Amino acid sequence: MTSVLYDLPGPKARRRNLIIGVVASLAILGLLAFVVYRFWETGQFEARRWDQFKYEAVQLELLNGVWFTLKAAGIATVLALLFGAVFAAGRLSDRAALRTPATAVVELFRAIPLLILIFFGYYVPLQYGWPIDKMWALIIGLTLYNGSVLAEIFRAGINAVAKGQSEAAYAVGMRKHQVVRLILLPQAFRAMLPAIVSQLVVLLKDTALGFIITYPELLTVGKTIGGRLAFGLPYVPAYLVVGAIYLTLCGLLSVLAWWLQRHLTRLPTAKAAKALPLTDVTRQI
Amino acid sequence: MTEFFSVLTDNWQLFRDGFTMTVQLFLISAVGSLLLGTLLGAFRVSPVPALRWFGAAYVNLVRNTPLTLVFAFLVFAVPKLDVNLDYPQAAFTALTVYTAAFICEVVRSGINTVAPGQAEAARALGMTFPQVLGQIVLPQALRAMVPPLVSVEVAMLKNTTVAAGFSVLEAGAIPAYMAERGEPQFYVLLWITIGFLILISPLVFLQRTLERKWAVAR
Repeated sequence: MTSVLYDLPGPKARRRNLIIGVVASLAILGLLAFVVYRFWETGQFEARRWDQFKYEAVQLELLNGVWFTLKAAGIATVLALLFGAVFAAGRLSDRAALRTPATAVVELFRAIPLLILIFFGYYVPLQYGWPIDKMWALIIGLTLYNGSVLAEIFRAGINAVAKGQSEAAYAVGMRKHQVVRLILLPQAFRAMLPAIVSQLVVLLKDTALGFIITYPELLTVGKTIGGRLAFGLPYVPAYLVVGAIYLTLCGLLSVLAWWLQRHLTRLPTAKAAKALPLTDVTRQI
Repeated sequence: MTEFFSVLTDNWQLFRDGFTMTVQLFLISAVGSLLLGTLLGAFRVSPVPALRWFGAAYVNLVRNTPLTLVFAFLVFAVPKLDVNLDYPQAAFTALTVYTAAFICEVVRSGINTVAPGQAEAARALGMTFPQVLGQIVLPQALRAMVPPLVSVEVAMLKNTTVAAGFSVLEAGAIPAYMAERGEPQFYVLLWITIGFLILISPLVFLQRTLERKWAVAR
């Protein structure tokens, strides 16, 4: 690895780095050992706390939680992509009458905390005596927020296509909708696909907010499993298992985004569009 | 319309306490996450492989974990390890630990935006490591780093609402109290939205100004 910060290490620096490395590794291992020791001392590794994961009913419970998480995430993904496409088109429009409201909506929903958006979907229909399913309250929030972010990604992706492309298309007599559909979108799609997928990781993670409105997704199931007195309140094992499931699901999507970034954006046909930075972490939080 | 205003005036104390807690959570976690994130960022660019590995593992682990899970673990599981955190402390910790991973990435990519030639030229002039870092690399990296850092902290400010699910009375917890009082939730949520817009707008404005002003052609 080359870095701007330091020269290639010589023999002296290598020795020093080795010493720091050993000390740092020991410190990290020590920290981990301490955590494991706390777990062991408070009896988190006792069999009775892990026993219930052997029961088929509990495994089904977890699977059910995963299903509810994926169901909400799946529907919200589709709706957010639609929302994003519509509002990106609005923001790219030549007419100010379309552009201004679309910009206002996207900016507004990006500024409101997602949980407040979910509360809008949850409490407001309740107030007017039209209680809706908690899943739909969650989906409304996820769609409005992630749809707005996706609209920005789409817009940035289209704007990132080299100017010569649309100029050439207009020069051969295409209309705007033809230029966008036939020239810009196919090239922009490649450039923004990794960014879209990494936004979907955010959406999947944010389904966990359903816990707060007691939508029975994975995290809610984790709390139910952890709160069983008969198994010694196994919160730690329950959240470790739930955490591992989230890590696997989100990790797989993250790896897909990374893979797409490496492969799709390096194809020669994708050169016209500059890849959107996948490392734009400010979107992924 | 009068009802819209009376929701705020009748429950002024709740709104005031809620938003005070939100600002507190934001300020303390912002400082905490900047410190921890910068340390992790330093790990990720350090010449020591073990530290680089640790930084990368931390970032990848936290980035693929929902913030709500971090909260739930701290509030429900950690007391079972005989470590006692009260609810606000758990919230500060969760927000700090989670946000630090994103700060770390901003710091790392900020340092990477500086062209290697800059540091090479500085070393060729005989500058020492602190001089290279302090006078050449960091001032340039900072320009690229500050706007995204502000964005991350804005996102963290919005994320403070998650604490509402874990018994912290901050702005996100107001609707639950209002539901008990039977206030019209639509107005309540509108007021919370306005509150967040007031808190966030200056930060977003700052971020966009810096982004525009500090954009340097490299």
